Order: sequence, then C-alpha cells, then structure tokens
Amino acid sequence: MVKEKIMRTAKRVILHLFLLAAVLISIFPFYWMLSGATNSSVNITGGAMWFGSNLKENWSNLQGTANVFLIFWNTIKTTLIYTFLAILICAMAGYGFEKYRSKGKNVVYAMFLLSMMIPFSAQMIPLFKMASKANMLDSHVAIILPTIAMPFLVFFFRQSFQSYPTELIEAARVDGANEFRIFFQLVMRPMKSTFAAAAIYAFMKQWNNYLWPLIVIQSNEKKTFTLLLSSLSSAYYVDYGQLMLAIVLATLPIIIVFLTMQKQFVEGIVGTSK
Amino acid sequence: MKRTKKAGPNYDRYGWIFISAAFLLYLIFTIYPAVESLMLAFQSLEGGEYIFVGLKNFKRMFGDAIFLQSLKNTFLYMVLQVPVMLIMALVIAVMLNSSFLKFKGFFRTSIFLPCVTSLVAYSILFKMMFSLDGIINQALMHLGILDAPYQFLQNSGWARAVIVIAMLWRWTGYNVIFYLSALQNIPKETFEAAKVDGANAVQTFFRVTVPQLKPIVLLTAIMSTNGTLQLFDETMNITQGGPANSTLTVSHYIYNQSFVYAPNFGYASAISYMVVFIMIILAIIQFSVAGKEG
Repeated sequence: MVKEKIMRTAKRVILHLFLLAAVLISIFPFYWMLSGATNSSVNITGGAMWFGSNLKENWSNLQGTANVFLIFWNTIKTTLIYTFLAILICAMAGYGFEKYRSKGKNVVYAMFLLSMMIPFSAQMIPLFKMASKANMLDSHVAIILPTIAMPFLVFFFRQSFQSYPTELIEAARVDGANEFRIFFQLVMRPMKSTFAAAAIYAFMKQWNNYLWPLIVIQSNEKKTFTLLLSSLSSAYYVDYGQLMLAIVLATLPIIIVFLTMQKQFVEGIVGTSK
Repeated sequence: MKRTKKAGPNYDRYGWIFISAAFLLYLIFTIYPAVESLMLAFQSLEGGEYIFVGLKNFKRMFGDAIFLQSLKNTFLYMVLQVPVMLIMALVIAVMLNSSFLKFKGFFRTSIFLPCVTSLVAYSILFKMMFSLDGIINQALMHLGILDAPYQFLQNSGWARAVIVIAMLWRWTGYNVIFYLSALQNIPKETFEAAKVDGANAVQTFFRVTVPQLKPIVLLTAIMSTNGTLQLFDETMNITQGGPANSTLTVSHYIYNQSFVYAPNFGYASAISYMVVFIMIILAIIQFSVAGKEG
C-alpha cells in the first residue's frame, strides 16, 4: 500500500515537472522578447536576461527608423475592416448554405471546401496581376479584398448554425419577419460566442498576414507590422533593442486578445462552437 | 398562412442572396486566379509575350537543381518536423487532460501561447536566439560546451535544424488544442471501463485514446503536411533560404521565381501546381493509411 502510494505521488510529480518544462520552453521567448525591449542592443548581445533601462531609447530609435504610429494604424485599420467584412460575409454564406439547403448550393459548398486545398502560391501571381491592372498595388484595399471569402470561416459558420433551431426561424416567418431581419435580429444575437470565435480567427489571420502584403505593398507609408519587422531584421545593421520592442508592439495586442478570450480563441481554431 | 405559402418558392432565392457576396468574391479572388495560374503553367514568356509551350515548364523542373533542392528541403522538414510535433502534441494533450493535474488553466494557457505569435515575429526571435551573438551561443559558452560562438545559421544542417526547432515551438501547442478538445469529447465511461478491465495507462493510451483520436490525428497530419508544403515566412525571415539554398522551401522558390528574380510567372505557376499535385497525393496516402489501420 505504501509503495503504491509513493508510486502514485511520483507519477504526479513527474507529470507536473514535465509540463512545467514544456511551459518554460513555451514562455521563454516571450520573456526574452519583453526583457530585450528594455535593453540596449549591446546588453542583449552581452547576455542580459533581466529588464534594463533602455526602453525609452529603444522607442525613440524605433521612431527614428519608422513611423510606428502610422504602421500601427495601418495594421489595426486593415485588420479591423477585414475582420468585420470577413465575418459578415462568411456568416451570411454559412447561414445560406445551412438553412436554405438545395442541390445547387451543396455543389457550391463542396467547391468552397475543396479550394481549401489550393495553396496561396497557386493564386498569388494572377492576384498580383489583377491588383496591378486595377491600379491597386500599394493599397490597403488590395491587402483586404482577396481573402475575405474564407472557406474555413464559411465552414465554421455553417457548422455553428446547425445548432440554431430551424423552428424559431419558421415561427418568425409566420409572424411576418423578412429573411434578412430574421438573420440580423433573431439568429445573430444568441450566436455571439460563434461570432467572437470567428472574429478572433480573422483578426489573427490578418494581423499576422505577411506574404501577400509583402507582394502588394511597396511604400513605407502603407506598411503593416509584419513588413516592418521583416525589414528591421534584415537590415545591414540590426539594433536588437529596437527590433525587440517592435516585436513586442506587434505581438502584445494578439496576446491580450488571447488571454481575455481564450475560450472563443480555442473554438476559432478547432472550428466548433457551442 | 397565405404569406408562408407565397414565400415558399422564394426561400431558395433568399438562400442564394445570403451566399452571393461570398460566392462572388470567391469566384473573382480564388477560382479565377487558380484557373489562370493553371493556364499560366503551360505558358512561357517569349519575346515579351506569354505563349503556350505545353509541358515545357514541367519538364524544366526536373532539370532545375535549385527546385529539386527546395523540394528535398521541404520533404526533409515534413519528415523531421510533422511526426515529432504530432507525437509531442498528443503526449502533452493527454497530460493536460489528466484528472490529477493541478493549475490546469495555467498549463493550458502557457502551452497554447506560442501559436498566437505571428510567423514573422517568432521567426525573427529564433533567428536572434541562434545568431552568432545570440542567447543560445552565450548559454553554450557559459556552460563550457562551446569555446567560441558557432555560426548555426551558416551551416546547412544546423540552419535546417533551427527552422525545425522554431516550427516545433510555434506549432506544437496549436495541435495540442485539437487533441485536447477531442480528448474532452471522449466519454469518461470509456476510460472507466478500461480501468475496470485492468488496463494500465500505456494500454489505455494505445487501445482507447489513440483509436478514438484517429480522425483528428488525420486532420492535423493533413493540415501540417499542407502547412509545411507552403512554408515561407520562416525560411524568409530566419535564413532567407541560405546558406546556398539549403533551407529554401518550394513556396519560397515560387516567390523568388515570381517576384525576386526576373519574373517567370509561367514557370512559377507550374511549380505551384506541382505543389497542389503533391498535396493531393499525400492526402490520398494519409487517408488510405488511416483507413487501413481501422
């Protein structure tokens, strides 16, 4: 009995220690990034592991290199507009597929799902040519427009609307509500959690978008955070303190969203919501 | 009554209206580009004009040393990274699901955290960590393992290893999310029944947990495979494909062919359809392997 108890305790201790090690590995780069943002480049390459007093200087250096406020604004603007449009349009599509089933729509839906297999590299050249023909290179519209209709989100919404009782929709019809009022006033309300999960998914995707902006954006005034980070780190002389601060600024908003809405975040990744 | 009857045939039309915006955007920005890419794959720029050249672009790939190198690199990442990551994720998920675990929320949040960082941001962090004056070199010198800093990113083997390590850090937690949510959907009675039958933890894991998770393992395997085939942000920001193309991925090479070198849209499109082809083949293999085991 005693031996068994010791074994059980040992197992539990090992379980906790193993996970603690995993946590330390997960967290360390975040800690290093935060402390690095407060240290000078020389201190970071000298092995500084604790918080320093160079935050102010890193900030003024960063502002000397790039207009950080403008870049922050560009990123938040494109991300919010994208998120709004993507969840509106994909939610409507998901609702249409789920609550107005027909053969034709099922074929279209299958096309949506299949196209998840087409890599972006097989679309980017024509997209670039289109943007160039439409005189939309170097514009935020060009960043936003091509990926609004996201197959994954359409799929996600369709799955989620399955749980919305069709009888309620029929009852509203009998009461004389038109189809759009039913969707926007009746159906959307209790599905807040679904919309939150989808919004987080879209927000993350656009905030972290890199390849497509890299192709269409050319001027410094239109750059988003990922482009700034990439150009800072590939400069001839890299100021670590400044770069770390830029990474913190680009990462912090997402971390805050994650920490405050973890449940919806997880739903958005796994693609289910209750 | 009258109204519902009258609205009947219109319902279908309303459905199409709800779908229309997404469908239109999808036709313009997904289907049209995909089809045009496919047509470009059979064309080549000659004398300032794109002309039909049949399979020339596809034949060219097999004699293109850099393309073959990038294909080899991509498969190397896939073979090294995907299985290790999925096994680690499964083990961690089972541990996080353990009923003995204290501070569950803390462990979960911390392990999920890496997957919120942008691919560019974490790539740059890892590049800094493994650079000549980076923290890894300092730590190794401090511990007496190295006498002088080592150029990890200048050695082709190590540069690939750094990319695999970075990807393991970023994506393991992401897969844990899938496994954990699937584990939580397995009825508790299943585990209790196994216990009653005298199964130990290892037996329960292989006989009960793994078979129940098969669909989700298949899903994550396909997602990771496709993700690896599209790998770009990491190699672009950690090594820029170097040294001597030893870390270059297929997607990175397509980007170079389209926007870095003299634009070669026909050839680049052909390579991108090669990627589609490989993806389909691998998905079929994965599905049939999963089907056989069950």
